[in-house]
Amino acid sequence: MFLINCPFCGEREQSEFKAGGEAHIVRPKQPTELSDDEWAEYLFMRKNIKGVQFERWNHVHGCRKWFNMVRDTSNDQIKAVYKMGEKPPVK
Amino acid sequence: MSNNLRFKTSKFIDETYRVSFKFNNKTYFGFKGDTLASALLANGIHLVGRSFKYHRPRGIMTSGSEEPNAIIQLHDNSSRTEPNVRATEVEIYEGLVASSQNCWPSVNFDIGGINNLLSPILPAGFYYKTFMWPASFWEKYEYFIRKSAGLGKSPKVADPDIYEHKYIHCDVLVIGAGISGIMAAKMAAKNGFKTLLVDEKSYLGGSSIYDNSEFSKINNQITSSWLEKEINEISKLENLEIKIRTSVAAFHGYNFLLARENLTDHLPINQRENKVRQRLLKIRAKKVITATGSIERPLIFHNNDRPGIMLSSAIKRYIDLYGVACGENNILFTNNDTAYETAMSLIQRGIKINAIIDNREQIDSKISYEVEKNNIKIYKGYTVVDTYGYRRINKISIMKLSKDGQTVIGDKTKLNCDCLGVSGGWTPAVHLFTQSGGKLKFREEDQVFIPNVYPSDQISIGSCNGDFGLEEIIKNTLSSIKKFLDIDNSEYKTVETISGLNQSKRNIWLLPSDKSIGKTKSFVDYQNDATAKDIKLALREGFRSIEHVKRYTTTGMGTDQGKLGNMHALGIISETAGTKMGEHGTTTFRPPYTPLTFGTIVGRNVGEFFDIFRRTPIHDWHVANNAEFENVGQWKRAWYYPKDNENMHQAVQRESKAARDSAGILDASTLGKIDIQGTDASEFLNRVYTNAWSKLAIGKCRYGLMLNEDGMVYDDGVTTRLGENHYIMTTTTGGAANVLGKLEDYLQTEWPELDVYLSSVTDHFATISVCGPNSKKIVSKVVPDLDLSDEKFPHMSFKNSKIDNIKCRIMRISFTGEHSYEINIQANFGKSVWEKCMEAGKDFNITPYGTETMHLLRAEKGFIIVGQDTDATLTPIDLQMDWIVSKKKYDFIGKRSLYRSDTIREDRKQLVGLLTENPEEVLEEGAQIVADIKKSPIEMLGHVTSSYYSPNLKKSIALGVVKGGKNMLGQKLIIPMENKNINVTVADPVFLDKEGERLNAKL
Repeated sequence: MFLINCPFCGEREQSEFKAGGEAHIVRPKQPTELSDDEWAEYLFMRKNIKGVQFERWNHVHGCRKWFNMVRDTSNDQIKAVYKMGEKPPVK
Repeated sequence: MSNNLRFKTSKFIDETYRVSFKFNNKTYFGFKGDTLASALLANGIHLVGRSFKYHRPRGIMTSGSEEPNAIIQLHDNSSRTEPNVRATEVEIYEGLVASSQNCWPSVNFDIGGINNLLSPILPAGFYYKTFMWPASFWEKYEYFIRKSAGLGKSPKVADPDIYEHKYIHCDVLVIGAGISGIMAAKMAAKNGFKTLLVDEKSYLGGSSIYDNSEFSKINNQITSSWLEKEINEISKLENLEIKIRTSVAAFHGYNFLLARENLTDHLPINQRENKVRQRLLKIRAKKVITATGSIERPLIFHNNDRPGIMLSSAIKRYIDLYGVACGENNILFTNNDTAYETAMSLIQRGIKINAIIDNREQIDSKISYEVEKNNIKIYKGYTVVDTYGYRRINKISIMKLSKDGQTVIGDKTKLNCDCLGVSGGWTPAVHLFTQSGGKLKFREEDQVFIPNVYPSDQISIGSCNGDFGLEEIIKNTLSSIKKFLDIDNSEYKTVETISGLNQSKRNIWLLPSDKSIGKTKSFVDYQNDATAKDIKLALREGFRSIEHVKRYTTTGMGTDQGKLGNMHALGIISETAGTKMGEHGTTTFRPPYTPLTFGTIVGRNVGEFFDIFRRTPIHDWHVANNAEFENVGQWKRAWYYPKDNENMHQAVQRESKAARDSAGILDASTLGKIDIQGTDASEFLNRVYTNAWSKLAIGKCRYGLMLNEDGMVYDDGVTTRLGENHYIMTTTTGGAANVLGKLEDYLQTEWPELDVYLSSVTDHFATISVCGPNSKKIVSKVVPDLDLSDEKFPHMSFKNSKIDNIKCRIMRISFTGEHSYEINIQANFGKSVWEKCMEAGKDFNITPYGTETMHLLRAEKGFIIVGQDTDATLTPIDLQMDWIVSKKKYDFIGKRSLYRSDTIREDRKQLVGLLTENPEEVLEEGAQIVADIKKSPIEMLGHVTSSYYSPNLKKSIALGVVKGGKNMLGQKLIIPMENKNINVTVADPVFLDKEGERLNAKL
């Protein structure tokens, strides 16, 4: 079970958190301008990487804040956590 | 019972404390400090069980948690009986009752033993191959196979014992209190680390604590004496917690470990009452030191499973620790020096050793010379080719090994014995290390897997790291712990060791025999009866992956997870397939390391604590008034209130009629309530609901539908504008938490520029809904100050008011289509206001109704229930709710998806009403809807989502989803059931009061 360093609360057990899928997918500002394919790209297509992945997490049983995490899915090492809107601190 | 099996010289046994116990209905005696295994051996009993497949007699093989054979049924009562308990781990107590498993009528005479004679026709994969055809016969086969499979009996009634969970946070966790674990714990604790030391045994010191040999010394003291002083010292350390009888079951990522602490299993039954039996420790350690030691390997030869054949280290432990001789005529069979230590322990007590069979041609160690000096015949370069004796070994035959070790040569010699100690070297116990995600490497010299890459802040030391010699263990423990903890002071000045052992070994995975392999039974997995022959067969049949061979032969799939024989299985596979050992890797070691009881896993979460449930503030009233309850999410909701001898149908019919004829009252406190504030609150609602919110006046309510981004209906509810920048949103009962989560998600990640704050206030309010033609008269009595006239308080509006000086919010909204009011009041006043409403409604036959009636009433009106009539595949258009989707708004969640090529299809499933030809016939929810039953295959058009008998319409009504249903009004469809086909007509989903006159009826 991970020990996650919530950017607002500090280290907490994984059981307090909920994973929220791939990070840095921005909701299109003008959805009506998009073709079906473009909208489907935003709506459905997600990466599932073996290796370093950027993810959204929510401290659902804590401060309720969403934040981002960089995690290596091959060994579950958490490389970094950072707030929404911030640039990833690692590549 | 032969008395000379017990040598009362061990300080671990309290010979003044005699303990009686029962095994297979016979009473025996042991001493305090004995395990069940040591006490049985002291009574001359080796045969304790039968093997799983061939029902072969099996004896005690080991002295620890790796035991594959001596697994027994503990306790004879129906509540505490426990199967598959290792006799080697059970500490005896007064009144212990145990019995053999997998045998009938008795362990000495077992009918199932016929399988042993049938074994030529029971090869690996026998069941897979034999019971495949014909496929339809499986159900018949299964009955018999299930009957003859399985070990032990499970308890029949609830476990009366107490279990609990405990969290532990420490700087350093040391697993295993052998010599290196003790040293590591001392170094950690003395350097200021908060340290926890755990060991599965009932004593500290591992196998060194009974190492009294002159051949292994530390600082010129006998190892055990030196270690005792160390233990004495660490037991006084303040920041070191020591837990014995504590077995680490799982080592997860991020140094999170689960351990089972046994608290009462060793106590006499009468001292256990009201005490916690076992505790599951949830340990989060900054650093983990694994010192789990190693497990002695058996040797794989023909008939290597007879009772009396044991690990040589187990024989040593029984004599040194428990003062028990396992046999009176011993033979040791080895490929390394370990057996000579056992020999010395036996020689010291004058126990007879007939011979030592050693695979090695050359033996060059002090300890072996010492053994030879005692006139013990050593057969160098020999191997055991067969053993004899059914219920106990009585003879072995040996032959000389060829140079390459692949065949035997020369004459066969028979030797008598009643106990054969085997030693195939040592296997590091890397189970926990690999569970944590660690990667192993294979060391060719002595054919062992050792830790290589650590996935977290942890280290393995001692023999689980492949250090087997005393000098190596101490030297490497000191240096690696110093580095691992980054400390200057190791707490040890100089540690000098003397060891008479040499680490040489002649490793042969499968020892040859004079018989062909097809005629031998060389057991690799004792518990599951997998032999070397089975593994070779699997390879011949094309299995290559170790994981596949494991499953095909069941090697390593017993409760012991093959702790003894897995390495041999790997060795035999690589030898047969001609591959290198390291290339195959190992099978996956999975938690738990040793079996856990269910009690430990669930802890206190039993009975009413099994799952969380929520009760409304009015719950007690419902209970007092005979309500039946329904689980909705975590809530207990009143379902219906049966009167006299009413069944559910009768109660619901009465409640439904009363609500429309006069007045009904519903506890709606479970509805999710989200308080929304901020200058952008209106804009926020515009974006999350499908309809427009900007123009909603203060004091007005509006129904809203919320979609997922894929356009599918997600939740619904009424939201009220309390002030300029203040709304209260209601959600479905089950969806409350998810809706809040979703709204927070959009606010924080997509629209952080919006000034909006959300708070869940579900639990803060009790919500009482009073509906029906007389609802106004009732509410006016409860809230006399409020003007309820339609002009002042029209439908879909809200008023602040007071009841007995307590502030309340009253909404005039309706989920039944009746004129109705929703009173929201501080939760702790909920019950008294409810009772007030009941009192006020007495003259109007006010009828409390539950969720079932609520569902019926709304179905009459065609109102959907999200999650019942919808299933995340329906858009608002599919639900014929186009009216609620704003055409003007530029965007809202899910809008773009409403005109994807898929969502605009005309033949999507759409919500319709269904009326049965026979108005008395009520459809089954979930029933399939078709148009043509002659067509094959019959095309399924949809299904029934809600169905009731309406007492108000005096007919059956139903809602359902049907492909293209929107354009099928009046069309006849068929609901095929098991015994009949029901004819239905597609109808408008609003069955009652389409014009909504009842809402505003002049009352």
